[in-house]
Amino acid sequence: MENIDEIKTINEELTGLFQEHVHDIRKNSPEFINAKREEAFADFKKLGLPSQNIEEYRYMDFGKLFKGNYTQLYEPQKLTVDFSSLFKCNVPELDSYIIVLVNGRYYRSDLKFKFPKGVLIGGLSQLSKEHPEIMETYYNKYAGSENNGLAALNTAFAQDGLFIYIPKNTEIEKPIQIINILVYEKDFMVHPRNFIMADDSSSAKIVVCDHTLTPWKYLTNSVTEIILGNNARLDIYNIQDENNSSAHINSVFVNQSSGSAFVSNIASIHGGTIRNNIHVTLDGERSEANIFGLYLTDRKQHIDNFTFVDHAKPNCVSSQLYKGVLDDEATGAFNGKILVRKDAQNTNAFQKNNNVLLTNEARMNTKPQLEIYADDVKCSHGATVGQINEDALFYMRSRGISEKEARLMLMYAFAFEVIGKINFAPLQERITDLVDKRLRGELSRCSNCVVNCR
Amino acid sequence: MHPLGFTCGEIASLSWGKQIDLLGKNHKIKIKKNKIKTASKQVPESAIDMENENDNIINEVTQGEYKYGFVTDIESDSIPKGINEDIVRLISEKKNEPAFMLDFRLKAYRKWLTMEMPRWAHLKIPEINYHDIIYYSIPRQAAKYKSIDEVDPVLKDTFNKLGIPLEEQKHLAGVAVDAVMDSISVKTTFKETLAESGIIFCSMSEAIKEHPDLIKKYLGSVVPYGDNYFAALNSAVFSDGSFVYIPKGIRCPMELSTYFRINAANTGQFERTLIIADDESYVSYLEGCTAPRRDENQLHAAVVEIIALEHAEVKYSTVQNWYPGDKNGKGGIYNFVTKRGICKGDNSKISWTQVETGSAITWKYPGCILKGNNSTGEFFSVAVTNNYQQADTGTKMIHLGANTKSRILSKGISAGRSNNSYRGLVKMTKNAENSRNFSQCDSLLLGDKCGAHTFPYIDVQNKTSIVEHEATTSKIGEDQIFYCNQRGISTEDAVGLIVNGYVKEVINRLPMEFAVEAQKLLQISLEGSVG
Amino acid sequence: MLTIKNLKAGINGKEILKGIDIFVKEGEVHAIMGPNGSGKSTLAAVLAGRELFKVTEGEVSYFGKNLLEMKPENRARAGIFLGFQYPIEIPGVSMVNFMRAAVNEHRKFRGLNPLSSSDFLKLMREKKELVEIDSKLTNRSVNEGFSGGEKKKNEIFQMAMLEPKLAILDETDSGLDIDALRVVANGVNKLKTKENSTIVITHYQRLLDYIVPDFVHVLYKGRIVKSAGKELAFELEEKGYDWIKKELGEE
Repeated sequence: MENIDEIKTINEELTGLFQEHVHDIRKNSPEFINAKREEAFADFKKLGLPSQNIEEYRYMDFGKLFKGNYTQLYEPQKLTVDFSSLFKCNVPELDSYIIVLVNGRYYRSDLKFKFPKGVLIGGLSQLSKEHPEIMETYYNKYAGSENNGLAALNTAFAQDGLFIYIPKNTEIEKPIQIINILVYEKDFMVHPRNFIMADDSSSAKIVVCDHTLTPWKYLTNSVTEIILGNNARLDIYNIQDENNSSAHINSVFVNQSSGSAFVSNIASIHGGTIRNNIHVTLDGERSEANIFGLYLTDRKQHIDNFTFVDHAKPNCVSSQLYKGVLDDEATGAFNGKILVRKDAQNTNAFQKNNNVLLTNEARMNTKPQLEIYADDVKCSHGATVGQINEDALFYMRSRGISEKEARLMLMYAFAFEVIGKINFAPLQERITDLVDKRLRGELSRCSNCVVNCR
Repeated sequence: MHPLGFTCGEIASLSWGKQIDLLGKNHKIKIKKNKIKTASKQVPESAIDMENENDNIINEVTQGEYKYGFVTDIESDSIPKGINEDIVRLISEKKNEPAFMLDFRLKAYRKWLTMEMPRWAHLKIPEINYHDIIYYSIPRQAAKYKSIDEVDPVLKDTFNKLGIPLEEQKHLAGVAVDAVMDSISVKTTFKETLAESGIIFCSMSEAIKEHPDLIKKYLGSVVPYGDNYFAALNSAVFSDGSFVYIPKGIRCPMELSTYFRINAANTGQFERTLIIADDESYVSYLEGCTAPRRDENQLHAAVVEIIALEHAEVKYSTVQNWYPGDKNGKGGIYNFVTKRGICKGDNSKISWTQVETGSAITWKYPGCILKGNNSTGEFFSVAVTNNYQQADTGTKMIHLGANTKSRILSKGISAGRSNNSYRGLVKMTKNAENSRNFSQCDSLLLGDKCGAHTFPYIDVQNKTSIVEHEATTSKIGEDQIFYCNQRGISTEDAVGLIVNGYVKEVINRLPMEFAVEAQKLLQISLEGSVG
Repeated sequence: MLTIKNLKAGINGKEILKGIDIFVKEGEVHAIMGPNGSGKSTLAAVLAGRELFKVTEGEVSYFGKNLLEMKPENRARAGIFLGFQYPIEIPGVSMVNFMRAAVNEHRKFRGLNPLSSSDFLKLMREKKELVEIDSKLTNRSVNEGFSGGEKKKNEIFQMAMLEPKLAILDETDSGLDIDALRVVANGVNKLKTKENSTIVITHYQRLLDYIVPDFVHVLYKGRIVKSAGKELAFELEEKGYDWIKKELGEE
């Protein structure tokens, strides 16, 4: 009940803020975006933030998260510091295109290489004005803000974010690396809006690194819409590494056409509260979705992964693998759903969630779900919550390996199943290293960051 | 005869008869008809043959008549429709209950008024008008009969027809039955025999009067009156049910069984069962149920509570065969049941086995609270839905004690336009050190118009327990059917064989007499319904 | 090197070893035989330091040190090697990483620097040849997906890598066909020196055709009921364990 009352107050506050700043919020957006904004605002007034009474958000306390004195900026900041010289990402020198976003707004591209013709990469605000032909059709088409309070809130407040368009038959070999930096001198809230479209028969790899540069409380409520054309191929790797008083609500909506292949692989390394909502609609035959997640949590972190894979068409394949290690008082939730619609025959869907609890104070809730309305299907799911295998531990110790090292090796092996899914060797290597350091507790400070904010 | 109420021969002779014909004489006739039809549609015969046969089989199943659908014509003594405090008082008064029971009922009723019907299940439940239900109805002259000669011959006939003879000598040795019709227990067999070893097996009404201390101590101790909407309603208006007490160190020498029958129209059945197994005792308890076919839905909201003390073991088996409604989804029982056991003492064990084939809507989660150290909870379930049936069923395993174990095995089979969901909770609390759970939930889909769903909830709060959940959903293996065909087995027999194999592990948990019949019941319900 | 005195141990309060005495000198091969459930594997596990089993009484001294006080990894580093009856599968941990960690821990214990990658791989190659293990096996995760025979060969390979002073081989022959048995036994024999000792735990005499023991002990119901030279193994093979039971006055 407390949660509901708190949320009510927050909804009113957010509604008030919108009304107060609506002029500035609208200022830099084209009319069709502002039209969606109005709709979404009406939706948000109706829906509000999800309370814990809603099954899918049972372990999320939005009342607590949104309570506080967050600053929101309604106009672009004048940035005087060169962040790319100040900050080096944990995945440095990955031979990649680098795009930097600061506080949810497009900041700059560090383009060592030239993109193929027709590729559009930049800020959503600017490119939606320059290329309305794409955005008019697709903006807010799949985010479903009419029945999702968080998406509605984002659509109402969103002003900028990342925009990527890859035209037909275009293959981008080098990964596109997005560095998301949050830096402010107060507690700060931001609603970035990202749009990624891989048109027919195109392919790309995107690496997204989320970072905070100062120890303030950040609250991110981001929405990313991803559209894959026929036979398109898109891999998105996300490294979430924010300070442990921050919260990140990351909602991703993917729509896949025939023959397309999508990969999402999220490594949650640090962050106070992380909620990943991955919605994938297999909207064309023979499409394939692979959704992976690894979370390494300790202290009072909360990690909440929600996936929804909608098999809307026949002959599709989906696979989900989420693995996590929970230490100290960390809590985790996994809520994954596979829906196989009536005519989606010949579906193959698979889902697995494995967890290791290291202490009696850590807690894990897992709820894999199958909802199936077609009969010619092969669907399975599994979930486990357990510990490091004692037999394996003894076996290793009996070969002279110390208990601590053996535990680390086993935890690392546990995590590797997810890391191993990264089919881009240099990135896999770097994430491997990152995970190894995280497990050894050597990542308590950003060793690569001059700011040393953590 | 045996407690479920029918023998093999009977199945064939009653209205299921045409489906038990495994050799398929009737099928052949129908297939021929279909062939004529397809010919007229100018579709190549050979190509469509198999499909037709399958459709035909599905029709066969959906047209199958519910064997226990008859109505007994006996006058009932009913109270007025509707529910209010006066009705609750009236029920208590009619049953001559002591004051503490009325108090319990009123508390429950007041709590119920503040509650809302649960909506979280994967069920479409039509609005239920609780003021349109008769909460208490007993066959006239139905004071509990002392001797079998006093039982109204019409009632005797009814139970004979259901395969539950009330005469002890006609029974299979080794099964004692409490027969309940509508709101009252009609006859409990072998009561005296059991009493010799100190076992109490009687109707709940009797127990309230004769063993008030046990009732006061245990009634509502596992399922509190405000536990959930239906449990609160049951606590307010429950009419009868069975009571079992097994004293210390006693292994109950025979299977105990309750047979529930709804007869009167517009009534709800609200029975209450309480089983107490004292230290180092053992009992195996069976429950069976049927109802007449009626176009209106009828509500069945029962509560079962089990208490297992140190080293005690209780095995509770159900074959639920309430009227499921007709092939268009009209009528049928709403089966909203709360069943829960507590392994109160160390090293105790509670095992639930259920075969759910009936009811229009099933909402049922037999659970175990594993409080005693080293205690064990088990749940073995087969749930079959056909036509427009809906089932949302599973279990809750709440691990409180150290070294507790639970095992869940659920086999769902969906056919027709039905929806069948497994929903289960496994919770390891902080003190449940070194506890273990393994769950396996499989769903089989027969046909492309039905749904099969799996919703497990896992909550782990300590670092020494292990919880594992596995689930699969698939249709019946075409290669398996082909393999059988190649060996000369017809498709419908192959389906029967495969389904039997699929549910075997659960069925084998049932006491022998039940197992054989449950297996047949399944085979019949699903014969050939491969899509 | 190893002195076991009146060793009693059990699991969950149930006593399995009921007073064991064994003395092993350098260079000796001891065979421990006994019917199923006599406590053979428990003895092996207790010597290697499996915490599942609780030692309730007795002493084990190893080169004058109290073995029972040592952690499993320190026992291993001090030269005790247990060949597991059922080697554990460790998905995700590669054989190379596993062995490198183990070898370097042993070296550190002896005050040596860790091996360079190339030296380590060279060592792996040599030892693989020595024990005739398929080189592909070491590219996989530890024991994962190995056949029974491969797992046992892998144990001998690890033994070759770690060069123990005291090898305890728990039912290393179980589940092996005659060729695999020969490979495993040859491996053990090649690794034999005057300084190191071996305890072979087995149900059958078969393995002892290849690994010839100096002493044979019969373990029965948690006690050593008979000790003699290698001829005892033949006698056992001929007369079966019932003979022992009879001698003990049991039928």
